[in-house]
Formats: sequence, C-alpha cells, structure tokens
Amino acid sequence: MGMGVDIRNRIASRAAKEIKDGMIVNLGIGIPSLVSNHLSPDIRVMFHAENGILGMGGSPEKGEEDAMLCNAGGFPVTILPGASYFDSSTAFGMIRGGYLDITILGGLEVSEKGDLANWVIPGKRVPGIGGGMELAEKAKKVIVLMSHVNKNGEPKILKECTLPLTAKNCVDLIITDMAVIEVGGDGFILREVMEPYTVEEVVKSTGAPLTIRMEGNAFD
Amino acid sequence: MTKVASLEKVLSYITDECVLMYGGFGGVGNPPTLINGILEKGVKDLILIGNDAGFPEIGIGKIVSRERAKKLITTHIGSNPIAGKLMVEGKLEVEFCPQGILAERIRAGGAGLGGILSDIGLGSMIEKGKQKVLVGGKEFLVETPLQADVAIVHAKKADNYGNLIYDKSARNTNPVVATAGKITIAEAEEIVEVGELDPESIITPGIYVDFIVQSKGVDWKWAWE
Repeated sequence: MGMGVDIRNRIASRAAKEIKDGMIVNLGIGIPSLVSNHLSPDIRVMFHAENGILGMGGSPEKGEEDAMLCNAGGFPVTILPGASYFDSSTAFGMIRGGYLDITILGGLEVSEKGDLANWVIPGKRVPGIGGGMELAEKAKKVIVLMSHVNKNGEPKILKECTLPLTAKNCVDLIITDMAVIEVGGDGFILREVMEPYTVEEVVKSTGAPLTIRMEGNAFD
Repeated sequence: MTKVASLEKVLSYITDECVLMYGGFGGVGNPPTLINGILEKGVKDLILIGNDAGFPEIGIGKIVSRERAKKLITTHIGSNPIAGKLMVEGKLEVEFCPQGILAERIRAGGAGLGGILSDIGLGSMIEKGKQKVLVGGKEFLVETPLQADVAIVHAKKADNYGNLIYDKSARNTNPVVATAGKITIAEAEEIVEVGELDPESIITPGIYVDFIVQSKGVDWKWAWE
C-alpha cells in the first residue's frame, strides 16, 4: 500500500470513531487490525475472529504468546472477560446470521453502488477469498480502509469496479488517507477531507462523482 | 475397547491420491505428528480439503510446499506463497470456496445432508458452474457436501473412546472436519481413560473418531516467533 505508519494509524483512528459501546466487531488484516489500538477506553466492544473467538483482547506481551490462541491471521492474541471459543462453522454462522454490527476491511476498489473488490488481482495475486465475502455481505455495517489511489496514482474509488468482486452493494463507508466517503443510495458523498488535502484534490483523485456534504473535519 | 493406535497403523489408511481433510486454521490446530508422518511415509498426489494452505514450513503447508498434493479445496493460500507458485505453474489445482461455506460443506458431508443453500458469492466468480434455486423468492447457490477418505484433527485431550476437547482457538475447523472422514484420526496432546472427561465439556463425541494417536507436539517455528 505504501502508506507510512502515521497515515495508517490516522485512518485506523478515524475508523475507531465508528465503533460504539456494546458493538460486535470483526477487523480484517492490514490497516483494519490497527483499529483496536485507537478505541476509547470508555467503551466495551466484543471483537470477533473467524477462526472461533468472541471477546478478543490485544496482543500479548512478548514471551507471553500462546500458539493455541491466535486470531484469523494466525497471530497471537489475548482474550477479555466474557470471551468464548467455538468452531469456525459457528463463527461464520454468527456472520451470516447478521450478528456482527461492523466489519472493517481492506479494499482494492469500491464502486459507487458499494460494490467491493478486495480478493484477487487476476494474473498477479490470488490469495483466495477467506472470510471476506461473508463479512462484506452480511455485517450490518461495512467500512473499507484503503489508500485513496493505487501505486500508479489511479483512483480506487470508481463508478464501476474493474477487478473481480468480493461482494455487491455492501460498502457503507470508505476511509482513506485523503477522505471519508459515504456510499449513499445515489452515489458517493464526501463527508470529510483529511489534512493536508483539499476538496479539489480529493475530487481529482476519485473516479466517480462526489456529492459534497461536509460536517466539519474529523481528522484532528 | 480403545481407539488408541500407533502412528504406523493410522498412516496405513493415508495412501497416494486419497482425499485427506484436515482441521486447523493458519497452521493453528493442524495435527503436527500426523503431518510429519505423512511426509516421512512419502505419500503423494493427495487431494487436500481444509481451511487454508498454512505457511510454507508450518502445518499442512509442509505437505503443500513439498508438492505432495495434486489438488487443494480451500479458502485461502495467501500465507503460503509456494502454494500460489505451484498453482500458477499448474502443479497444484486449487478450488476456492468462501471460508464459512467450506466449513458448512464439510458439516453437510458429515451430517448426511445433500448440500447447503447459500447466498454467499452470488454475482461473483464463486457462482460459476453452480446450480441456483429460488426459496421464498430469494436466490441461493447449491453448495455440495464434502467428505474425505481420511480426516485428521488435532485435540488437546482425548479419552480412549475418542471423545475430544480442543485447545482455545485451535478448535477452529477441527470439530466439523472430525465428522466428515470415512476414517477420522485424532492426534491428541493428552490421552486419558474413558470417564475422565466431563461429558458436559466434550466438544466432539467419540462416535466420529476411529483412531487416536499421541501427539509429539508442534515442531515448527510459528510465523510470529
């Protein structure tokens, strides 16, 4: 993605503001995995993992890792009081059953209808689907965190996706290094612009029309 | 009656070209002693069914990266670049399935169902070649059940009837995989007498397990170590 740690953390910090007390949340790998570090200590959230954990805590101290207690990415985690373990079939039953309030995923492209492409670049990278399709289709709110443009400087927020879709009409909110964009019924709505960018620069870097409806700048 | 068996005996069921299903997620919950035994025995052309391709030197990844499998039905191979390379070179056929749907297809295979109806992947590459049905005016894909000649799982504790208890997130796909093998082999960290496990705490009833082998523990270095 080529974004520095500061920018990745700024995106994660903005995404954390979408999470409210009592929510059940699943975080994808990459920038989404940083979101839990930015939550207010006043709120209690149940983090869900596809392999079969509800109630994940943060990373263990070095030397305290338990190889049998890992997140869906295979990295050690801890649990919080009230946590439970279950099999992966149940973990996905929770997802498809509509029990997840928010999923925060990475993205390659998002279209103005809310279509998401994030699983394959034909001829280049074929990692597989994992649990992304189920999360994108079934979580109550889908937030995509990504760089605003690709490494060639081309927009990733488009009228139509060019890459194979993960799921149609699923994305609610996009948070990038340049802006916060809502997927409305009639296309994209620009809600916030990140410093040091201007509205004009965001518009220029976006491959679809933006309705501008700003409510102050949350990147502070 | 005890189902505890030697590694040599259980490996006799795992032969060239057999359909081998494995429990585990990102290497965690893959049975290390059985995997090493399969490698040492020299079995080849396996058809593997499981959540992911592990890491190159972790878990089921060791079988994939040493080219012992000809086909892999899975959800994700991103953590094992060798699997991707073999796929591109045409040495490994890979069939991708959404993660929770793979688990449900395995569950269906073990539970005697003719398949499941799923709306995951409608309108994506996943629907290719799949039958569609309308239920209550809503469209679903027919996802077929999966069974295996041999299923291998990892457990924290087994009694000698094959009742199993798992270890935290290493439970993952193991309970469904245990149900879907014509022969199911459980590798357990600890084996106890019948009656020593609390029936309320048993996750996999022993009816699903044919053989139990003593685990020698994980001998690989984890990705985070």
